[in-house]
Amino acid sequence: MIADGVEDEEKWLAAGIAGLQQNAFYMHRALDSNNIRDALKYSAQMLSELRTSRLSPHKYYELYMRAFDELRKLEMFFKEETRRGCSIVDLYELVQHAGNILPRLYLLCTVGSVYIKSKEAPAKDVLKDLVEMCRGIQHPVRGLFLRSYLAQVSRDKLPDIGSEYEGDADTVVDAVEFVLQNFTEMNKLWVRMQHQGPAREKEKREKERSELRDLVGKNLHVLSQIEGIDLDMYKETVLPRVLEQVVNCKDEIAQYYLMDCIIQVFPDEYHLQTLDVLLGAFPQLQPTVDIKTVLSRLMERLSNYAASSADVLPEFLQVEAFSKLNNAIGKVIEAQPDMPILGVITLYSSLLTFTLHVHPDRLDYADQVLGACVKKLSGKEKLEDKKATKQIVALLSAPLDKYNDIVTALKLSNYPRVMEYLDSETNKVMATVIIQSIMKNKTRISTADRVEALFELIKGLIKDLDDAFHDEVDEDDFKEEQNSVARLIQLLHSDDPEEMFKIICTVRKHILGGGPKRLPFTVPPLVFSSLKLVRQLQGQEENPFGEEESTTPKKIFQVLNQTVETLSNIPAPELALQLFLQCAEAANDCDLEPVAYEFFTQAYILYEEEISDSRAQVTAIHLIIGTLQRMHVFGVENRDTLTHKATGYSAKLLKKPDQCRAVYACSHLFWVDDQDNVKDGERVLLCLKRALRIANAAQQMSNAARGSAGSVTLFVEILNKYLYFFEKGNPQITVAAIQSLIELITTEMHSDSSTPDPAADAFFASTLRYMEFQKQKGGAIGEKYEPIKV
Amino acid sequence: MNFLLGAFKPACNILITFSDAKTRKQVPMKNENGQMVMVPLFQSQENIAAKISIEPLQGKKIEHNGVKVELLGQIEMYFDRGNFYDFTSLVRELDVPGDIYERKTYPFEFSTVEMPYETYSGVNVRLRYVLKVTVSRNYGGSIVEYQDFMVRNYSPPPSINNSIKMEVGIEDCLHIEFEYNKSKYHLKDVIIGKIYFLLVRIKIKNMDLEIRRRESTGSGANTHVETETLAKYELMDGAPVRGESIPIRLFLSPYELTPTHRNINNKFSVKNYLNLVLVDEEDRRYFKQQEITIYRLLDS
Repeated sequence: MIADGVEDEEKWLAAGIAGLQQNAFYMHRALDSNNIRDALKYSAQMLSELRTSRLSPHKYYELYMRAFDELRKLEMFFKEETRRGCSIVDLYELVQHAGNILPRLYLLCTVGSVYIKSKEAPAKDVLKDLVEMCRGIQHPVRGLFLRSYLAQVSRDKLPDIGSEYEGDADTVVDAVEFVLQNFTEMNKLWVRMQHQGPAREKEKREKERSELRDLVGKNLHVLSQIEGIDLDMYKETVLPRVLEQVVNCKDEIAQYYLMDCIIQVFPDEYHLQTLDVLLGAFPQLQPTVDIKTVLSRLMERLSNYAASSADVLPEFLQVEAFSKLNNAIGKVIEAQPDMPILGVITLYSSLLTFTLHVHPDRLDYADQVLGACVKKLSGKEKLEDKKATKQIVALLSAPLDKYNDIVTALKLSNYPRVMEYLDSETNKVMATVIIQSIMKNKTRISTADRVEALFELIKGLIKDLDDAFHDEVDEDDFKEEQNSVARLIQLLHSDDPEEMFKIICTVRKHILGGGPKRLPFTVPPLVFSSLKLVRQLQGQEENPFGEEESTTPKKIFQVLNQTVETLSNIPAPELALQLFLQCAEAANDCDLEPVAYEFFTQAYILYEEEISDSRAQVTAIHLIIGTLQRMHVFGVENRDTLTHKATGYSAKLLKKPDQCRAVYACSHLFWVDDQDNVKDGERVLLCLKRALRIANAAQQMSNAARGSAGSVTLFVEILNKYLYFFEKGNPQITVAAIQSLIELITTEMHSDSSTPDPAADAFFASTLRYMEFQKQKGGAIGEKYEPIKV
Repeated sequence: MNFLLGAFKPACNILITFSDAKTRKQVPMKNENGQMVMVPLFQSQENIAAKISIEPLQGKKIEHNGVKVELLGQIEMYFDRGNFYDFTSLVRELDVPGDIYERKTYPFEFSTVEMPYETYSGVNVRLRYVLKVTVSRNYGGSIVEYQDFMVRNYSPPPSINNSIKMEVGIEDCLHIEFEYNKSKYHLKDVIIGKIYFLLVRIKIKNMDLEIRRRESTGSGANTHVETETLAKYELMDGAPVRGESIPIRLFLSPYELTPTHRNINNKFSVKNYLNLVLVDEEDRRYFKQQEITIYRLLDS
C-alpha cells in the first residue's frame, strides 16, 4: 500500500513536472516573441500544475522550485516590458484575469514585485494588497508555498529603514505589518494541517508539517533582518504580535518551533529587554509543548551573551533577569502539571547554568534554584528515570565546574538535599565528580563544618545507602571509588591543630560506618593524616597555653587506637597490625612509652590471635622486628618483654628458612647503633648462633627430604650479619667465628650433596670480595679485617 | 465605404452611405450567416443621416412607384424565425413614382431618433436596428436593401448603488456572509467584495464566483428562460475555517457581458446574476445567486 503510494507520488510528480515544462516552453516562446497575452496564458497553465493535491510537501516542493525558476524569468520579462513602456498598473490588472486562483496569485505576486520596484505605487499598498489577496488560498500546503513565494519575492522590497523603498508613505512599520500578517496567515495554515485528514495519518501529517516549518519560520527570520526594527518597535509591536499568534494557535508543534525560532533569530539584547513579555508567553503554551528545551536554549543564549562581554552584565541586573526567569519557570511548571520530572530538572539545570554565568557572585541565586528543585522533587520517591538522574548530575556538577571549588558548593544549603533524590548509583557518580573536582583544583577544605558538609555529600561512597542491597558492583570500580575517597581524606588539612583534630574526628565518624569493604581503604589515610598531626604537634611545646581541652598527641592516639581497632574487627588484621606499628612509632617519637607499649601489645595480640597464615606471619614478624628495633622510648623491662616475645615468635615460624631469617633479624633488637643501652653483644651472638643452627637443620631436612642439601644462601646471609656486627664492634663476634663460618660455607659448597646454586655462589663470592675490599681499605676497618683469611 | 450586402440586383445597385461614416465608430457584429462584420455604432437620440445612391445597371432604366427608406427596430424570436416585430418604424419617402435612368442620390436624415433598446443577440432572441430601402415596382417585385447598425445606450453612474450584503447558510453546516461592494456594475467595472465564513462544518474544496446571464423570452406559459455562465472565477482554493474572510476582486472587462435589459417591449428581458458557488469534497455544490445590474458606462 505504502510502497504503491510512494510510487504513485513519483508518477504524479513526473507528470506535474512534464506539464510544467511543456507550458514553460510555450511561455518562453511567447516571451521571445513579446506576446504578453500568450505568455500569461501559458504561465497560468504552467502554474496550474501547482494546484495538485496529490503530492506530499516534499515532492510539492520540488515542483514548486521548478515553477519558481520559471517565474524568475517571467519577472525579468515583466521588468523589460515596463521598461519598454507597458503600464505596470495594467499588467497588474491583466494577470488578475486568470480564472484559477492559484496561478493568478502567483502571477500577481510576480507582477507585484515588479510593481514595487517600479515605484509607481507605494510599496506598502502593493504589499498589503498581495498579502490580503493571498487569503484566497486556504489549502494549507498550497497556501504555505504561495505565501512563502510572496515572502521570497518581497524580501528585498520591504520599506525598511535605509531601503530604497522607504518613503514618506512607506515606513518600516508597513514592512513589519506586512511580514507579520504573512506570518500569521502562514502559521494558521500550518496549524490547520494538523486537523485535516483522517486521524490515523496523524504521524504522517506531523512529519509533513515538520518539513514545512521552515517556511513559516522564514518570516521570523525576515523580521529579524529588518534593520528598522529597533528595541522599542520589537517590544511594542513585533514580539507581542508574534507571541499572540503563537499562543493563540494552540498547537504543540507550532508553539515549540516558533518559540525556539523567536529565541534563535532575534538578538539576545532584545530578549533581555523583553524577558517579561517573552517569558509571560511560556505558561500559556499547550501543556504538551516541550518548554524545557526551548527555555533552556533561551537561558543558554543569554548565558553566552553575558559571557560575551562584561559590558552587558549591568543590563542583566537592571532587568532582574534571574528573578524573572525563576518566576517564569515556576509558572511553567505550575501550568504543566504533567511535565515529567526530567523537564523540571532540565529547566532548573539551565537556570542554574544561567545564574552561574551571569551572577557568579550571587550564590544565593544558585541556592534558590536548588531549593526550588528540591521543593519540586519532594514528595517523590528517588528518581527512577535515567535521564532525569543524568540531568541532576549535570545540575549538581554545574556549580563545581563554575567555581572550581567545592567550598562554594558546600555553602549551598540545598545542594545535599538535591543529592538525596538520586539513586545510590548516581549518588556515587556524583560523589566521585565532587571528589575529582576537589582533587583537580586541589581545593583546601580546612574546617570541620565543611568536612561535615562534604562527607554528607559524598556519603554515597562512604557507606552503603539504603538497606536495599544493590547489584554486585564491579570490584575495580569499587576500588577506584574508595581510592578516591582515600585521596580526599589526605587532602583535608588545617594548619590549626584544634581544627585539624576536629576534622579527623568528623572524618572518623563518617568512615566508621563504611563497613568491612570500605574500612581498609579509608582507615589508613585517616591514620596517616592523624599521625601527620601528631608529628606537627610534636614539634611544639605541649599545651602552649596550658589549656585543658587543647589537642594533645595523647588524645589523638586514643582516637587512633580505637580507629585501628575497628580494622581488626572486620577483619583486616595485617593492615591493623601495620597501622598499630605506625602508631607505635609515632608514639615513640612523642616519648609516650605507655602509648607505644599499648600499640605494640595490640599488634602482638593481633599477631597471635588473628594472623595465622604463615606468609603473613613472616611479613608481620619482620615489621614488628623492624619497628621494635627503632623504638627508643621503652624502658628496659618493657623492651625486654617485647623483644623476648618477638624472638619467640621468630622461632616459631613454620618454615625453617623463615625461622632462620627472622631469628637473625632479631639480632638487631639487641644491638642498636645509636642507643648505648641497647648493645648486648652476647644476645646478638646467641641469636646468630641459633640462626646457624636452624640453617643447619634446614640443610639436613632438605637432605633428608630431597636427597640433596639446600642452598648455602642462608649461611651466606648469616655470614653477612656476622660481618655487620663485626664491623660495628660487637666484641662477641670474633675473627675465629667468622673464619669458621667461611670454612663451613666453603665445605658445604664443595660437598657432594650440595645443589649448585649460582645465585648463592655469586652472593658468597661478592661477600668475600667485600671482605677483601675492606682489608685493602686499610685504617681501623682494614686492621680489623686483616686477621680473617679468605 | 459602405457597401450593401448582396448588393447585386438585376436592376440596380443600391448603396447606403452614412454621412459621418468616416468618423463614426465601427463595431463588430455577427450577421445572420454568423460572420463578423463591422457596423456603425449609434445611440438613442442621435441623428441618423445617410444618403442612398441608386445606380441602374448599364443604361437600363428603372421604373418605380416610389423610393422610401425605413428605420426599423426589430425583435426577432428564434422560435418564430423570420417574423419580426417592429417596435420602431420611421419612414422617409425619397422619391415620387418615376423612372431612374442614371445614378441618383437621395440624402435623408432621421433626427433625434428614439432608440430605447440596445442591439442584442441572445440565445432565443435578437434585437436589431436596420435601415431598409425599398424601391417599389409594379412588376419584378420591389428592390429592397438593408443596412444594419448597432445601438448602444449609455447610462450615467447610478445615483443609488447599494452594496449587496447577505448572510446565508445551511443550519449547523455552513454559514457565510458575503458582500459585494455594489449592486450595479458597468461593463468594465471591478467587483470587490468579501466572504466571511461564520460556520464551516463541511469540507469545502473550492469556491467560485460566476456571472450568469438569464435571458427570458415570451410571456405567460410560453416563457423561455436561458441561462448562460459567462464567467467562472475561482475565489478560493482549499477549506477555510471559521473566521476566515476571503477577498473578492473580479475584473469584468475580460468577459463579454450584456447590460441588464428589463422587459424589452414585453418581449424579453436579460438579467445578470452573481452566483457564489462552494464545492465540497464530494463535489456537492452550494450556491447563492444574487442579481446585479449591469449597465453601459460611456467610455471616457
